[in-house]
Amino acid sequence: MKKISRRRFVEGTSAGIVAVAAIPAVEAQQKQTAAVPTSPGVPRTTIKITVNGVDRRVEVEDRWTLVELLRDHLQLTGTKIGCDRGECGVCTVLVDGTPLYSCSQLAVWMNGRSIQTVEGLAKNGKLDPLQEAFIEHDAPQCGYCTSGQLMIAKALLMKNAHPTRDEVRTAMTGNLCRCSNYNHYVEAVMAAGGTTPATGGGNAA
Amino acid sequence: MRSFANVNPKDLKEATSVLRQKGQAATIVGGGSDALGMVKERLISPDVLVSLKSIRGLDKVTEKGGEVVIGGLITLDALSRDPLIRKNYNVLAEAAGKVGTPQIRNAGTLAGNVCQRPWCWYYRNGFPCFKNGGNTCFSITGENEFHAIFGGGPSFIVHPSDTAPALVALDAKVRIVGPSGERTITAADFFKLPADNPARENVLANDEVLAEIHLPAAKSGARGTYHKEMDREAWTHAVVSVAVVMEMDGQVCRAARVVLGGVAPIPWRLPKVEAMLAGKRITPELAAQAGAAAVEGARPLAKNQYKVPLTQAVVKQTLMALGG
Repeated sequence: MKKISRRRFVEGTSAGIVAVAAIPAVEAQQKQTAAVPTSPGVPRTTIKITVNGVDRRVEVEDRWTLVELLRDHLQLTGTKIGCDRGECGVCTVLVDGTPLYSCSQLAVWMNGRSIQTVEGLAKNGKLDPLQEAFIEHDAPQCGYCTSGQLMIAKALLMKNAHPTRDEVRTAMTGNLCRCSNYNHYVEAVMAAGGTTPATGGGNAA
Repeated sequence: MRSFANVNPKDLKEATSVLRQKGQAATIVGGGSDALGMVKERLISPDVLVSLKSIRGLDKVTEKGGEVVIGGLITLDALSRDPLIRKNYNVLAEAAGKVGTPQIRNAGTLAGNVCQRPWCWYYRNGFPCFKNGGNTCFSITGENEFHAIFGGGPSFIVHPSDTAPALVALDAKVRIVGPSGERTITAADFFKLPADNPARENVLANDEVLAEIHLPAAKSGARGTYHKEMDREAWTHAVVSVAVVMEMDGQVCRAARVVLGGVAPIPWRLPKVEAMLAGKRITPELAAQAGAAAVEGARPLAKNQYKVPLTQAVVKQTLMALGG
């Protein structure tokens, strides 16, 4: 039987890390007006947002959360929905560079804001160094929380390029990992920040 | 989620006028985390969300005639990092920095943190309790390990805010704006025990907004801290917390304000402890006596008796850490 390592498997499927990384490259970097279906008789509002560098004008139902807009209407399914109550962190995206739970923001509140999702991390088909570090350090296990972990880690590294272990742990408090692979996430973020971890993916907390 | 309309008022006048007009059908939203969660859980069913995010200028820290005024819409993250707050009102900066998670603090507002509804599991799971319009408190005979040991009855919720005890410890005032005027009251008077009205936690009417917090000029030698004890390391509400502000004269505590969180339906001030500390050096013996005095009159329920020695220890250690 052919042996498949977990890393090979992750590289092959990699839903969390490189989710639809090609989309922003395909889209022209220009204004897009998305015609998305809305339900009849429901309050709706037209907003202007920038998603992964692309300006968009889109009519949203007032009740849509940001993550619903991203996933169900803009087909950016790299961002996941976990608890849908602002507790687990898998829906974390950057809004004007600030990490927020996209399940706990309405899309209509995003008018004029710039949103970065996991799909916006890779540039020109090349993974972000943070994504490379996640693969190198076996950070994802099941992968479901990974896009949220990437975005909160990205926000940290943008503010603090060389975080300590404690700073990484504190910054990522709001992103739960049901596989409990926290140590690998911390190692990966520290490696991406150029801080060589003392142990290679070890279990020292 | 059920359907509703989002309204972006340009100022408080417009916001409160929509709130008056729509009555129970409208809900105020600051950061959004709590309000959207409550809509999703069907605890509230608004037709209109009045989003205060569109109101400009209510997210600043400014000095005005000796007072420091904080806009209610400041995020908890910005508050925790504000240089003036960290320098002169550290207890509030620490409390704001200990709320929830980074993402919650990036969205959540000071006013929203103070006005958030209780996190009692019976209330949040839709039981027909006082908070949900019913006429009983299920915690009395139920799972009450996180409920009140002070001030309970007929509801035994605990006030969940980290910033609220800090505001009471700082002798803050709150400016409340409604459709027909405004009023400014002390933070201590803002919160109401369930004996007054078991359905509510504070004096706000449905069409009123907590607009600003006013902090008195910092006293000389003042220092403060907020200690939060949780049932895990991070990302939850306080099981017991304490906000302490002391005015020190060298080694001597001239005056102190000590307020507990997580143990009562309102921020729970400890006047007897404060009187014990006034004019004294904070020695280990005095701190121990203060800890014992802190839990006098506690009335624990069946499963939260652990909060009594925990409160005692938290008060003692926090006083030593700050003034010892």
